[in-house]
Amino acid sequence: MISKLINRKIFTLLKVQYSNMLEYRVEIALWAISGIIPFFMLNIWTNNNLNESINISDVMLSRYFLCAFFVRQFSVVWVVFSFEEDSLMGKVSPYLIQPLNPFFRYFAQHLAEQITRFPFALLIAFFFFIFNPESIWIPNLGILFLSIVSTFLSFLIQFLIQSIIACLCFWTEKASSVERLLFIPTLFLSGLLAPVVSFPTYVKSWIYLTPFPYLIDFPANLLSGNETNISGGLSMQILWIFLLFPLFKKIWSEGTKKYTAMGS
Amino acid sequence: MVQNIIEVRNLSKSFDISSKEPGLKGTIKHFFRRQTKSLKVIKDISFEIKEGEIVGFLGANGAGKTTILKMLCGLIYPSEGSILVSGYLPFKRKENFLKNITLIMGQKQQLIWDLPPIESFYLNASIYDLNKFEAKRRIKKLSEMLEIDEELFIPVRKLSLGQRMKSELLAALIHEPNILFLDEPTLGLDINAQRNLRKFLQKYNKETNATICLTSHYMKDITSLCKRVICVHEGALSYDGKLDLLLKKLSPVKEILIVCRSEEDAIKLENSGFTVKNKIKNEITIKIENNSITSSLKTILNNFDIEDLFINEPPIDEIIGRVLIKKDYDI
Repeated sequence: MISKLINRKIFTLLKVQYSNMLEYRVEIALWAISGIIPFFMLNIWTNNNLNESINISDVMLSRYFLCAFFVRQFSVVWVVFSFEEDSLMGKVSPYLIQPLNPFFRYFAQHLAEQITRFPFALLIAFFFFIFNPESIWIPNLGILFLSIVSTFLSFLIQFLIQSIIACLCFWTEKASSVERLLFIPTLFLSGLLAPVVSFPTYVKSWIYLTPFPYLIDFPANLLSGNETNISGGLSMQILWIFLLFPLFKKIWSEGTKKYTAMGS
Repeated sequence: MVQNIIEVRNLSKSFDISSKEPGLKGTIKHFFRRQTKSLKVIKDISFEIKEGEIVGFLGANGAGKTTILKMLCGLIYPSEGSILVSGYLPFKRKENFLKNITLIMGQKQQLIWDLPPIESFYLNASIYDLNKFEAKRRIKKLSEMLEIDEELFIPVRKLSLGQRMKSELLAALIHEPNILFLDEPTLGLDINAQRNLRKFLQKYNKETNATICLTSHYMKDITSLCKRVICVHEGALSYDGKLDLLLKKLSPVKEILIVCRSEEDAIKLENSGFTVKNKIKNEITIKIENNSITSSLKTILNNFDIEDLFINEPPIDEIIGRVLIKKDYDI
């Protein structure tokens, strides 16, 4: 009964947010196009034969960066910016007195945006295969399923990290500046610019202790068929969610006590 | 006996405010060493509100009215004192408490800007666990009461301010709350829209016995909706009681413009012991205390040759304006 109610809330939220996102389809198409960094990186890697140093073939590398593009498309998070704006403008106030945590709204917004992005991402992949026909492959269903799960877990980790930072809005007006601090490690250590395997061994051992390689590198390797420790990667993703969720709950409960409802 | 639905005891709220001196020096100083001070914006206030009451909160800008409403609905945490609303501590924001209340802020909106209001209504309905049929019934009922129909299907950004406000009300009332916190609900609306909104609130209160706490700078909102007012001055309560008592206390005299048949009569009247405000030819304005108005008028009509007379009530805004700058009213 309870799960039925929650499902109905989430389903309605998703439906409404999807309708809202469709109002911004051109903007979302542009966002999707703006996420093609992995393709630039692929070009740099292949033109300089950098892949030879890590024993990955051209084909596997191009599949990796295509998968990195896909994972990125479905794990982009911007909750800190939305929450910061809503918090400063006083828009959070009406949501705070509704029997649903406002972060569910942002969560639904993100999912709705991902659904809206999907056809654009497919279109970009289609063009990628036209220019790189040797990279075409069909992952087996099991791997595809695990990759979708892992991409969703990556999204959850990023959503939780940004939500924790977003809650800092209760103490400081510019919480997004803290997020910018995380931007550099996310960019370099997540596997967006280079597969984590290309890092020196001693650096890698440290990187794998952080959540970053599980954001893009792990799901992208999984989907592209590169060698990866599936159970280890999924376990680490789940572990990070288990660590971050209580932290989010704590900071949320402390933060709302500090809320001053400014701007409203 | 009607029960108290809101009980506030010794409530205080302080905010940390940072201050900065003007100029470059002040900016640099502010960058390295930020000075903050604690400002007590609500000072030890206590009051009760009964079920079904409509209470107006009056006060100048920054007096603390909105802060009180925000604490009552659980949006902000009180620094000291206690609040009990419908048996709940508002700040705990328990689900059953939240399902019982609503907050409407005239200058803020919760409707999704790019979608028709009906989408926000169904979203709110699901948030408050209403099934589709019940949601449909309530939307129909409230839209009839608010006289909105086609507007439900037009994107919010295309609606006029009045239509938007009505839609905001519908969104905020879809769960049929029994306590309404309204912060300047008629802000920016034209006279007709204001009147319609007031009519709606009266009807809603009558039909559902909902308790309404209202702040407004439009005196008409207060006089037509509230029998009781709570005046807030610099964070403290300066008056809590019946509105008509306050008006009588603040305006103990009425001004009467008397048009005499001749200037001689006006001069006679001027010298007959009444408090004269001014006299222009055969027109004279006198001030009479509320409690002696009948006897005084009888005397004037019997002893002077009067062509016409007008009783002027002082504008309510002017009277209430006096409350906003005064600290205490003992009635």
